[in-house]
Amino acid sequence: MSANAQSSADLASLDYRLTARAVAEGVYVVTGANADFAPANGCNIINTGFIVSDAGVLVINSGPSRRYGQQLRALIARTTQQPVVQLLHLNHHPDYFLGNQAFADVPRLATPLTRAGMARDAKSYEDNLYRLCGEWMKGTEAVLPSADAAPGVLRIGQREFELIELQGHTASDLVLIDRTSGVAFAGGLVFAQRVPTTPHASIAPWLASLSQLQAMPSSRVQRWVPSHGDIDFTGAIAQTQAYLQWLQGWLGDAARRGLEINEVLRLPVPAEQRALAAFATEYVRNVVHLYPRYEQAVLQGR
Amino acid sequence: MHQRALAAALYLLATLGRHPADTSPGLCGLGAAQALRANASAAKALVMHPPLPPHSKARRHWLSLALAAGAAPSWSAAHFEGDPLESSAWPGLKREHFGRAKVVFDDRVKVLGPGFAEDPMNVPISVLVQGIAAVQQMVVLVDRNPIRKVLEYTPNAALPNIGFRFKLEQTSPVRAAVRTADGVWHVGGTRVESSGGGCTASGETRRDGSWSQTLGQASAKVFPMSSGPGETGSRLRLKVMHPMDTGLVAGVPAFYVKALSLRDGTGAELARLSIFEPVSENPVFSFDFATPPRGPLSIVGNDNNGNRIRLQLP
Repeated sequence: MSANAQSSADLASLDYRLTARAVAEGVYVVTGANADFAPANGCNIINTGFIVSDAGVLVINSGPSRRYGQQLRALIARTTQQPVVQLLHLNHHPDYFLGNQAFADVPRLATPLTRAGMARDAKSYEDNLYRLCGEWMKGTEAVLPSADAAPGVLRIGQREFELIELQGHTASDLVLIDRTSGVAFAGGLVFAQRVPTTPHASIAPWLASLSQLQAMPSSRVQRWVPSHGDIDFTGAIAQTQAYLQWLQGWLGDAARRGLEINEVLRLPVPAEQRALAAFATEYVRNVVHLYPRYEQAVLQGR
Repeated sequence: MHQRALAAALYLLATLGRHPADTSPGLCGLGAAQALRANASAAKALVMHPPLPPHSKARRHWLSLALAAGAAPSWSAAHFEGDPLESSAWPGLKREHFGRAKVVFDDRVKVLGPGFAEDPMNVPISVLVQGIAAVQQMVVLVDRNPIRKVLEYTPNAALPNIGFRFKLEQTSPVRAAVRTADGVWHVGGTRVESSGGGCTASGETRRDGSWSQTLGQASAKVFPMSSGPGETGSRLRLKVMHPMDTGLVAGVPAFYVKALSLRDGTGAELARLSIFEPVSENPVFSFDFATPPRGPLSIVGNDNNGNRIRLQLP
């Protein structure tokens, strides 16, 4: 199991107790619990980050709530004297942008597809996270991105970044590579010691995207930071590939046998997959999201 | 306003006071009615802690204390007319659907569902009845849906099992009742938690308008399926393309598949389904047989607008 399965969040004071961990010169990761959304972790299950340049700070994702955004901004201010100059969203899922109220004064960038997804789903994300984490969410209202992020090179001061737009986990999955340090923020494409989430997933393009990440030489990327899971686990790309390949085979096989969703949910799952964090809840979602596609292919003789 | 939509809105407003958190639309309740939205937002500010779920440990603990102390049959059992799922809607539901017929709770009627409706528009349910002879009819009811009856199934030559998906409005018991030759209804059930919104939102093909291109198209396949060791049964899975509009979304009248009949090679009816608004968009059904029926099988049916559904299997 991962080192950070337990949350450090304090329910009494609604303090996420965020800490900035330097993974390279000027590159910080703020880890969340390797678990499912729950009041005990304040719905903080995301690894956000920030990178300090001589011309200000680039923030990567803003967390699940207004409170998280505020505490992240305070943490950045405690860590560096540089001001926050830009916020980047790697995909449209709720914990990538519901902390935006604390960053209303800076440019907030996301790809056009991610912006469209946020505009479409923000309201239901708010409702759902209020339902799951109640008081932690108090005062949270979605503030959408303010500008388009474009794939290619992004410069802030002396620091140069590369943005790569892939897909599969969602319709638009952004990967940020810090060229100075070789640290890459893999966003939702990579899960470390945790079951991947699939509400907007398409497995074939996701696997193709992972192959692209896997093929990147270590001269380009020295360290991958996944949005969810244990950031010290080094086999996360291969593990995510293995899980998705397993899921694809598992669901396809069940559909060819004519199983109902409830029967698939009750099949004994191999220990390797069961050992991943959030298995109990996330596997159910995987099946509910994806099984109908396999079922349809079998019924229509494809 | 459509009469039914009005009824649903009143129903939703009535339930809001009890469980504000339960009625907030979830990830899939995208098109939920404005009234519900406004109330859910207002409810947000009030929710400091989620309400105690009905089967919480605290409640169980209280019950077990009462029983250990030698108390008379618990207040709950009496209040819910013996309902193991302790639903306050059960007494009314029972009277409405079974009148004066004898109704018993029976563990042999198994209703399998997910504990939580990840997608309230598509909640999978499998009903399995084992060890009850000569089931004549089955009815599936959902206590807290604005439209409570999901389907009626007459298994004839099929096993008294059915698989389907339905739209769930909020956390609710889901029940299957089967009637035996003596007129007794045997009831089983499960509880499905939900963030809500399944019945008051349009399906995907209604939202993007694509439903009209595939309306009534059906596909099916027979799978070998044993219901026990040494048995060689079969399962027919059937999918029908249909928007299955509940009539609870403003401006969209109820439009749903009403009846499906499954026939064998001689034209004899193997099983019959009466379907109601809560069944999911583009419904998928599973029918089980102890021994594979004689083909070629055919399926005929119609929706509430008179559109016909026909499928001939090879």
